[in-house]
Amino acid sequence: MRIDIRNARVIDPVSGHDATTPLFIADGRIVALGSAPDGFRPDRSIDAKGLVACPGLVDLSARLREPGNEYRATLESEMQAAVAGGVTSLACPPDTDPPLDEPGLVEMLKRRAESLRQARVYPLGALTLGLAGQKIAEMGELAEAGCVAFFQADAPLTDLNVLLQAMRYAATFGYAVWLRPQDSHLAHGGVAHEGEVSTRLGLPPIPVVAETVALHAILELAEATGARVHLARLSTARGVALVAAAKARGLAVTCDVGVHHLHLCDRDAGDFNANMNLVPPLRDPRDRDALRRGLADGTIDAVCSDHTPVDDDAKQVPFGEAEPGATGLELFLPLVLKWGGEMTLPLAATLAAASSRPAAILGVEGGTLAGGRAADLCLFDPERHWIVSPSALASQGRNSPFLGLEVAGRVVTTIIDGRVVYTG
Amino acid sequence: MGRSLQIDSQGRLVHLLTTEGLPAEMIRHILDTASQFVSVNEREVKKVPLLRGKSIFNVFFENSTRTRTTFEIAAKRLSADVINLNIGASSTAKGETLLDTVWNLQAMDADMFVVRHAEAGAPHLIARHVKPGVHVVNAGDGRHAHPTQGLLDMYTIRHYKQDFTRLVVAIVGDVLHSRVARSEIHALKALGVPELRVIGPKTLLPTDIERLGVRVFHDLAEGLRDCDVVITLRLQNERMSGPLLPSAGEFHKAYGLTPERLARAKPDAIVMHPGPLNRGVEIDSGVADGSHSVIMPQVTFGIAVRMAVMAILAGNA
Repeated sequence: MRIDIRNARVIDPVSGHDATTPLFIADGRIVALGSAPDGFRPDRSIDAKGLVACPGLVDLSARLREPGNEYRATLESEMQAAVAGGVTSLACPPDTDPPLDEPGLVEMLKRRAESLRQARVYPLGALTLGLAGQKIAEMGELAEAGCVAFFQADAPLTDLNVLLQAMRYAATFGYAVWLRPQDSHLAHGGVAHEGEVSTRLGLPPIPVVAETVALHAILELAEATGARVHLARLSTARGVALVAAAKARGLAVTCDVGVHHLHLCDRDAGDFNANMNLVPPLRDPRDRDALRRGLADGTIDAVCSDHTPVDDDAKQVPFGEAEPGATGLELFLPLVLKWGGEMTLPLAATLAAASSRPAAILGVEGGTLAGGRAADLCLFDPERHWIVSPSALASQGRNSPFLGLEVAGRVVTTIIDGRVVYTG
Repeated sequence: MGRSLQIDSQGRLVHLLTTEGLPAEMIRHILDTASQFVSVNEREVKKVPLLRGKSIFNVFFENSTRTRTTFEIAAKRLSADVINLNIGASSTAKGETLLDTVWNLQAMDADMFVVRHAEAGAPHLIARHVKPGVHVVNAGDGRHAHPTQGLLDMYTIRHYKQDFTRLVVAIVGDVLHSRVARSEIHALKALGVPELRVIGPKTLLPTDIERLGVRVFHDLAEGLRDCDVVITLRLQNERMSGPLLPSAGEFHKAYGLTPERLARAKPDAIVMHPGPLNRGVEIDSGVADGSHSVIMPQVTFGIAVRMAVMAILAGNA
């Protein structure tokens, strides 16, 4: 299949290319930007006037709810949501039921995902057996089955000796260790950021120190072991400062932020809106602003959708009893564009945070339109405004803090491996 | 917060979920209405027909005999039919969701729900999902709010002190877990109290409480100086040891209200407590039973205030 895309504003965050140039795809690869290779005869020509062509988005966290939570969402529905959101590669966390702690489960998930021939799925293996925080998982076997890193997800890891040994073991083989920094004792029972809002609403609080104390421990262990550590879902200004200081002294850590945390804060919980119950909790406006700046200045390496489909029954309960999380795949692009626009970043820099930068963390293909690379890209209309509503979403999860609100930016076409997998 | 949900576009109270955002005129209207009911309660026949034919469901997802009883008495004196449900021990144990329970009761033509729940915001959720014309009264949700208790405390203060705008008021003890304290703070601020204090150890005062417009004291003697009103909060048994406090004895030593300490307050200060009392922990018997105590009048006024709230919600006052 040969495709040429004409009249698009083509953006490659890696080279910085940002111009209206033709783009040529053949045999699943990008063959040229600009002038057509000799004798190139397209099977299909796409007129993309008014659209932006960019690398497909790379999402560091999308819960596909398989295995175990198929009543919340299925691989089919969520893979459809991914391509509808322009996401061509995604990492899925291991907090499935059972957790991704044995190779058979990972192989099955990969096979199921590949059979759908949509986004590339990169499973994150469980760091500890059953995510119980006691025994390290069979990282070698899991890596062979396709896991690209090892993650403890939101499960507690209270025994720091287990963490120390997990990092040493991972460092032996060069595996990346992902951790969401939160001390489970300090966060115990909490559902909201500790501050004025939790005090007014009487919601059990999660203090900032729950994140920073964990960060200190993780950074210290990372330095001691030389493990490649990725910090998932920073939520506090102090956390961003700690990571900046660690990077300044040469520690090779990376970190990400969830896209909702760039736009929302604790006050948005309003009258106990359970769709605002997220993990980590939405924090103070100053924390949100530090996350926005940190992502712009590179302290935070990437943004992810942290896609977590939750069914209505689990949200139609009091705030503190609600299952945390928000659907994110289809809001990822508009919310990233909104952040970049508000920070007055060039579009290439904005898109880098959700494509080339996360691809580098995962160490996978994608995130660029360089010649010879896999043709994973999306065409979107940056001016198309739409209202977030259940009927506008392909995901089975309709739990969004943005329900009823207008966002800008809609994916028109998604191409993976040179195949058109989505047309909106 | 809560304003749009509990007050309609015409400014009428449709639910009572929190004292936060209640305008001063609305609070005064409730207190004025309550004072009429105080005289009803002193009559030989303590009943008025304002809510005749109305069905009021006391839906308690958390056990409480005292509060439920006061709501029951209030509803009966308004001639309503009262149905008491202790859901804590039934539906949720069978896996029924909160909203399913409420919808089932609504199908039995409930006119009003009086709700207590261990989770903050549960009455808001119910209020968002009931039919128009059905009213929700929050009888205590987690640590969030207990607005009728807050209002009966306002009634008590007004009864003894008249003018809120000259008062020094102190709330003493476990503010962190207290829905009563939060409801009092919002109401006292709305009514124009110029000096509102909270007194307690750092473990029992929630973060950023000063943003609600209160002054924070950790020293009881200092905090009580020149107070017109002293509100002591109940210290729950489960808080008396563990990470927040070493012991009930040590709490009493630092924060228990004794006659000697009360002497720091104004000579005509009143002492309040939402009950039930832990004598010898947050309050000494000498204070609880002494001349400054208005704890029993609080209970009496509580019936009238709850009658007023129900009558106003039903549009009959």
